[in-house]
Amino acid sequence: MTISQESTRAGFGNWLSVRAGYLQLTPGLILVAAALVVPLGLLITASFWTSSPGGEIDSAFTLANYDKLLERPGYARIILRSIGIAACVTLITIVLAYPIAYFIAFDVRKRKLIWLILITLPFWTSYLLRVFAWKVILGWNGVINSGLTSIGIINEPLSFLLYNPFAVIVTLSHAWATFAIIPIYLSLEKTDRSLIEAAADLGDGPVRRFLRVTLPLSMPGVIAASVIIFIPTVGDYITPALIGGPDGLMVSNLIQAQFGKANNWPFGAAISIVSITVVTLIALLFVASLRRVVGQIR
Amino acid sequence: MMRHKPERGRQLRKAFSSGYLFYLYLPILILPIFSFNDSFYISFPLQGFTTRWYAELGADPSIISALISSLQIASVTALLSTILGVITARALTRHRLRGQKSILTMIMLPIVVPELILGVSLLLALNEIGLGLGKWAVVAGHTLICFPFAVAILLSRFEGFDMALEEASLDLGETPWQTFWRIVFPLAVPGIVASFLLTFTISFDEFLIAFFLSATEPTLPVYLWGQLRFPKKLPSALALGTLIIAVSFVVVAFAEWMRRQRTLQGIEPGN
Repeated sequence: MTISQESTRAGFGNWLSVRAGYLQLTPGLILVAAALVVPLGLLITASFWTSSPGGEIDSAFTLANYDKLLERPGYARIILRSIGIAACVTLITIVLAYPIAYFIAFDVRKRKLIWLILITLPFWTSYLLRVFAWKVILGWNGVINSGLTSIGIINEPLSFLLYNPFAVIVTLSHAWATFAIIPIYLSLEKTDRSLIEAAADLGDGPVRRFLRVTLPLSMPGVIAASVIIFIPTVGDYITPALIGGPDGLMVSNLIQAQFGKANNWPFGAAISIVSITVVTLIALLFVASLRRVVGQIR
Repeated sequence: MMRHKPERGRQLRKAFSSGYLFYLYLPILILPIFSFNDSFYISFPLQGFTTRWYAELGADPSIISALISSLQIASVTALLSTILGVITARALTRHRLRGQKSILTMIMLPIVVPELILGVSLLLALNEIGLGLGKWAVVAGHTLICFPFAVAILLSRFEGFDMALEEASLDLGETPWQTFWRIVFPLAVPGIVASFLLTFTISFDEFLIAFFLSATEPTLPVYLWGQLRFPKKLPSALALGTLIIAVSFVVVAFAEWMRRQRTLQGIEPGN
């Protein structure tokens, strides 16, 4: 039944129901507006303010913070590094997640629920603790190094394991696995099996079948997973702070420092705004171009 | 040949998936192992079994007060976000509203925005309006990030609803309020419990927003973060982490099980 049919049938009752519907949505929307939209607006505003070395805020409009960001290449380098790390993490996580999502969607028959719960369970445990665990594993005196030394495979601890972008990528792609597996699984699960059979009947081999039918049909899941992983990863704080070392510092550490030790909130706000904008643009561009590619395959 | 090949693919995928699952759990298994290790250094070979790191935890009053803060914040957050989630998810499933899709996008926004950005913008906002930091500030931030999860969990619960039950109740002369408590609420209980437990866990484990907003009342993760700087405190941090993970696992496993329950017994048709 369409909305117009319904409204001719019971015009007033329907109007009441719609009004009740919007009324019920108000508290939730107020929460999002008050705790997210307004503070984000304030963050944008504050990025045009300045701060004295003592932390006194001058709310006269100026572009000084943005000028400073453009003038010193160090900031741009860290933003670019964050984007690069997040892109690597997104790619690795999705490539590793795809076979499992495929396995659960197509191969597992009876124990789907158990697999899904097992995959989601680690995600619910404290992120801080999982990162901490990786620090313990990768450390100079950590689990891998001490393990390998005590078996006698290496004499000196491997120094490349911790405090660099590599360690950050390993930790983050582990932490975000669930967010890749579930969306891809959901879109694979929705795939119409008869399409795959049809391709088989028409003589497509398993590889062609996968590339021409299954993969394009699962692209919505892949796109969703990429966005869900990429955006928060660029802004991740805990992992680079605990594991990155000086070479693995990311933009969030920069922002935190402005709100913490450096006590220059307006500049921190400007870095935040620039990185959110750049990341959103990249994500939009990525989604649009991937959709076009998928459209062309079909 | 044709039959053999897909079988082999399946075997490969199964082996890969099992291996990956093990890898997913590996870091979480490392913590308990070393939390019982009788040494300040977290390295092999293991030095023998001890429970002294756990004993150390109980003796530290600042852990207890951080634990209490965390429990208070997580309970209030879970309650608020679940109530808001019930109202919102019901509005979205019950009424066909214009702009529903963009409303849902707006509700899900806090999941995509990095927590650091949420933390600093809330810090800025609270500072501008002159409200202090502390437990209530953390509750505000946590309710914001828990709300989308509550809506998502409850949406999938309400979507499977048989509207006929509600209509029958209304036709039989029950008021909407009675109908809600006698039909909708019991049917939604598994979703509500799951939402409460999962949002509780999210809030209890959350670090970054609490780090910015908790000020002088650190939550357990914020306290733990402070401990990580001291090598001598690492073993007891491992013990604390093990306890947190163990509790989360039990709570979440129960919540996931609840979420997938069809209905509670007792309101099964025929009873």
